[in-house]
Amino acid sequence: MSNSILTNDIKTIEFDALIVGGGGSGMRASLELAKSGLKTAVVSKVFPTRSHTVSAQGGITCAIASADPNDDWRWHMYDTVKGADFIGDQDAIEYLCSEGPKAVFELEHMGLPFSRFENGRIYQRPFGGQSKDFGKGGQAARTCAAADRTGHALLHTLYQNNVKEGTNFLNEWFAVDIVKNSKDEVTGVIAFSIESGEVAYLKAQATVMATGGAGRIYASTTNALINTGDGLAMALRAGFPAQDMEMWQFHPTGIYGAGSLVTEGCRGEGGYLINKDGERFMERYAPNVKDLAGRDVVARSMVLEILEGRGCGENGDHIFLKLDHLGADVLNSKLPGICELSRTFAHVDPIYEPIPVVPTCHYMMGGTPTNVNGQAFKRTNGNDSIISGLFAAGEAACVSVHGANRLGGNSLLDLVVFGRATGMHIQEELKSGGGVESSSKDDINSSLERLNKLNESTSGHDTASVKRELQECMQNYFGVFRRGDFMEKGLNELSEIREKVNNLHLKDKSSAFNTSRVEAIELQNLFEVAEATAISAFERNESRGAHARDDFPDRDDENWLCHSFYDPVDKKVSKREVNFAPTKVDAFPPIVRTY
Amino acid sequence: MSGNQLEVSMYRYNPEQDKFPYMKKYKIDKPARDIMVLDLLHLLKEEDESISYRRSCREGVCGSDGMNINGKNGLACITPISSVLKKDKIELRPLPGLPVIRDLVVDMTEFYAQYEKIKPFLQNNTTAPEQERLQSPEDRDKLDGLYECILCACCSTSCPSFWWNPDKFVGPAALLQAYRFIADSRDLETVERLDELSDPFSVYRCHGIMNCVSVCPKGLNPNKAIGEIKSMLLKSKKNIITSDGTN
Repeated sequence: MSNSILTNDIKTIEFDALIVGGGGSGMRASLELAKSGLKTAVVSKVFPTRSHTVSAQGGITCAIASADPNDDWRWHMYDTVKGADFIGDQDAIEYLCSEGPKAVFELEHMGLPFSRFENGRIYQRPFGGQSKDFGKGGQAARTCAAADRTGHALLHTLYQNNVKEGTNFLNEWFAVDIVKNSKDEVTGVIAFSIESGEVAYLKAQATVMATGGAGRIYASTTNALINTGDGLAMALRAGFPAQDMEMWQFHPTGIYGAGSLVTEGCRGEGGYLINKDGERFMERYAPNVKDLAGRDVVARSMVLEILEGRGCGENGDHIFLKLDHLGADVLNSKLPGICELSRTFAHVDPIYEPIPVVPTCHYMMGGTPTNVNGQAFKRTNGNDSIISGLFAAGEAACVSVHGANRLGGNSLLDLVVFGRATGMHIQEELKSGGGVESSSKDDINSSLERLNKLNESTSGHDTASVKRELQECMQNYFGVFRRGDFMEKGLNELSEIREKVNNLHLKDKSSAFNTSRVEAIELQNLFEVAEATAISAFERNESRGAHARDDFPDRDDENWLCHSFYDPVDKKVSKREVNFAPTKVDAFPPIVRTY
Repeated sequence: MSGNQLEVSMYRYNPEQDKFPYMKKYKIDKPARDIMVLDLLHLLKEEDESISYRRSCREGVCGSDGMNINGKNGLACITPISSVLKKDKIELRPLPGLPVIRDLVVDMTEFYAQYEKIKPFLQNNTTAPEQERLQSPEDRDKLDGLYECILCACCSTSCPSFWWNPDKFVGPAALLQAYRFIADSRDLETVERLDELSDPFSVYRCHGIMNCVSVCPKGLNPNKAIGEIKSMLLKSKKNIITSDGTN
């Protein structure tokens, strides 16, 4: 990368379809497209198997009727709608649950090394929020697992099959900003090779944001360091909306102090949470399913235990996850990765001692709004209108199947089902003559502005310290419990941080593998996501799913049975109706959500 | 050196500025608690933002931050500094045997090329059933210790045979994956897979030095997998000779 100002004479590399992100959803989409003959590339800031999908542990939830031959995708749909606290779109949830088995069997055919039952079928374990017979038939076991390394197995299998199909990968290329034309159509991205610093315009008829989550907006998160919401932030900067951004899942069991995830599968296999008195306190909060209630419910119960003085440890600031009663055999065969992680990061061996855990930011339910084909949309005169050329899938997208709270094991299913659907749709669209008009030189120039400004910076703020400030602000004011006056304070702090984020000083201007340049842009991305989160959270005056307000403790269906729709241009939140029109079943009406 | 400080000696090389790589010394206050080598790198990068290294999951599952720590390959994110400190000193170098792009970042092209060479995907041309292909738990157990590889390259870059012939010797990481598919009851191309490994270099350059086993951060044993491949190759050779009636 030269230090002189970049202009529109940079190199153009042209594709039919461009997928930004090499995780589960990106590589499932690319697999579909690689087989189609369309010129496709995956641009990923890390080698694909380093993507955060690799950290998923417990499994992929799907009614494949292995553990229970009578299992039914409609029961899975009911659980997901209820888990979402009724603001998940029921047409999308129906698609997820009914197409799911096909997508999971495909993964098995590709070679994913699922664990097995004695009869040779895929092993399934119980996870939180799962039921039989629409909540009336007791706990279900619906999460398909490869020990506790399902994400690793899934991601590697997808990469392997992309190798088989000859997918083009631009590995360690970093996408900076969307390029759009005067008709507001997306025509690709500006990106640079991290290795060489070379900048290029990656032009495409279809651009898919499969960039995952942004858990790094919080100080304490299970997320990888690379989870900085790049795709969502690019879309926001381009003026495209985000949906349900106040909905962030705090996973009940992140390792205390380190943040690493401890799968819900531990509780699925029979582990449970205890307070300092050794009490299994979830019996009080969720008498029926106890430790397998929805994640939002369990996380809040844990925080209440800590606030009421029953936390564990010297400072009473965490909870114990007890597994030793399961025995060494079960732990070594079903939860080997957890044993390894807790020995490394908590210095305890779960065969003998409980693991110290604390609710930790885990998953972004919100994202770029899309339909079931992965097509991103905005709102025009109160109606959804498709953004030509722009698609999103996986955690970066809000389709919305998770609503206000995602069920465990549904994220991996989301990746493969909607990655696949997006790939199929793009194929159809481009083969039937769809596409976008070219961008002008000025359009390309304006997408280079941010990179140029950073490259020319001679003074300003330091990335690491501003990042810390942002993460602490989000952790303090927009965590598990929220309150209007606190959030207002947080919003004020954010507007100060905005100034700093816009004026970062990149001291190292070198080209080759300059990770400081990447980290500065990532911080700018984190900020966009954080701001959308904060404004949306401040607006939703009720408690629903993961969004718990001290000052509005009840769910308010009369006013808030809707999506929040954030417009980054005027920074305003509007309401968008939830879909209650599935096609194969009757809609599930909102009921009081108890476990 | 004062008792409250650590000395970190780090391999530095920026191709735009440096004609040759060099070791740079950093002094840093001893952290109050035991931290991982990756955390130490984060602290140093806050002081000197020109330091370059790869990292992603920070929990030992993505395989980004393999490096040479006090002479031994390992993942920075799951290596506590207490386990590697020698007289309050730590030396950090890139993985050996691969070209250096910058600082602790190596060019892994050759490593990935070997991985692709072994056809790292399930091959089964029979029509797939509507549901999953069945596999007994016993057959599935055969994949344990194989599929967990994270492609960090700690093993292959600690292997002298790979240093000498990175283009011809497949190396422990990719051989572990070759055996992962050979061992999979669902894969039907065992004969072909073995055949492609039967030249003098692909497998046979392994001389059982066992560095791969001693460095694998996931506790895997590529040497055992290589042994299995060698013995299968031997058996298949015998069988061919026998079936030809020439033995």
